[in-house]
Amino acid sequence: MSRPGDTEPRLRALIVAALDGDSRAYRSLLDTLRAQLMRYYASRLGPALVANCDDLVQETLMAIHTRRLSYDRTQPLTAWVYAIARYKLIDHFRRHKVRASVPLDDDAALFARDDASDASHRMDVDTVLATIPERPAELIRRVKLDGASIAEAAARTGMTETAAKVAIHRGLKALTARFAKGETSE
Amino acid sequence: MSDDLIDRLTDDLKPVSAMSYPALLGGALIVGAILATSLMVPWIGLRFDLAAATGTFVFWAKFGYTLALTVLGLWAFARLGRPGGRLRWPLAGVFGVIALTGLGGIIQIMTSAPEDVRQLVLGGSALVCPFYIIVLSAPILAISVMVMRRLAPTNLPAAGFAAGLLSGAAGSFVYAFHCGESGLPFVALWYSTGILAVALLGAATGRWLMRW
Repeated sequence: MSRPGDTEPRLRALIVAALDGDSRAYRSLLDTLRAQLMRYYASRLGPALVANCDDLVQETLMAIHTRRLSYDRTQPLTAWVYAIARYKLIDHFRRHKVRASVPLDDDAALFARDDASDASHRMDVDTVLATIPERPAELIRRVKLDGASIAEAAARTGMTETAAKVAIHRGLKALTARFAKGETSE
Repeated sequence: MSDDLIDRLTDDLKPVSAMSYPALLGGALIVGAILATSLMVPWIGLRFDLAAATGTFVFWAKFGYTLALTVLGLWAFARLGRPGGRLRWPLAGVFGVIALTGLGGIIQIMTSAPEDVRQLVLGGSALVCPFYIIVLSAPILAISVMVMRRLAPTNLPAAGFAAGLLSGAAGSFVYAFHCGESGLPFVALWYSTGILAVALLGAATGRWLMRW
């Protein structure tokens, strides 16, 4: 398995070759997507429905095949596949009258990383964090984004653990207050 | 498990060029417009003064208004046919075009004699104009829905709206060659009513017609 950061360029090269008629590239693409989709659905279906994983993966691969016309070669492939997988998942919940009990948009994405959106999200995060004082922003960055523990982050910024926790909490609260009333995407 | 499936899909692979998508949409629109025209001409006909009308400003305003909305509809359709596509900017464009035409209508009203205002707003066909637009849009809407069903819309009401917008706008473009009205307020009100009615019809039915 290649490093996750290579996923997008590698898969994009495969689908472009496949769209031009290269069936070996296509098989390789479908094999990779099948594995990714298995993991994606398994993590989202919950114990009651996990048996439907196979069906959903097959259905999604079929949709990817019959609707490959709708892929725009200038756009990330991972985003296209993710949108299709998410649609199929929601459709599945709707058909089985299940309320989604697992978050649909949590951070365990279909693909471990997506460099393009990652970079732009990173920029968005930087912009947002710039609106709160430096110390809480630094703590949030270390703990929530870089995955450091609170103790580590507190030591780095020279605060006690409790003070760091409070600062992070207040910082997030300030951000929530600021952005909760803003527009939500459709 | 799905090895069979992957075998079958790989065997079924036919090349899809980057132009296939715009070609499909453009082809559908042209076929739809031809159908609408061949429905209109034997039914209500072209306006009898078509040749003379091409020398008037309002004829070209109608032409430009309906063409602009058709282009915006095509844009919306192309966006919504891809997963994750959104309506926002094409919709802003639609309201921009309608607002601009409304503004032109207000200017036309202010620069006309008061006794002409009724004619500019209601003309002689205010009640039938949206009806004709809806009927002429029907074949285009049918084709648009068929095309959208081959694509991958993830927001079905929005995809339906886009299909309806494209159909309503293209239907009104065809209708403009029959319509003898010469008021911009008429266009801003009654054409927009017909087009938005088709768009809303698409939005209301999209969830059922375009599900995949």
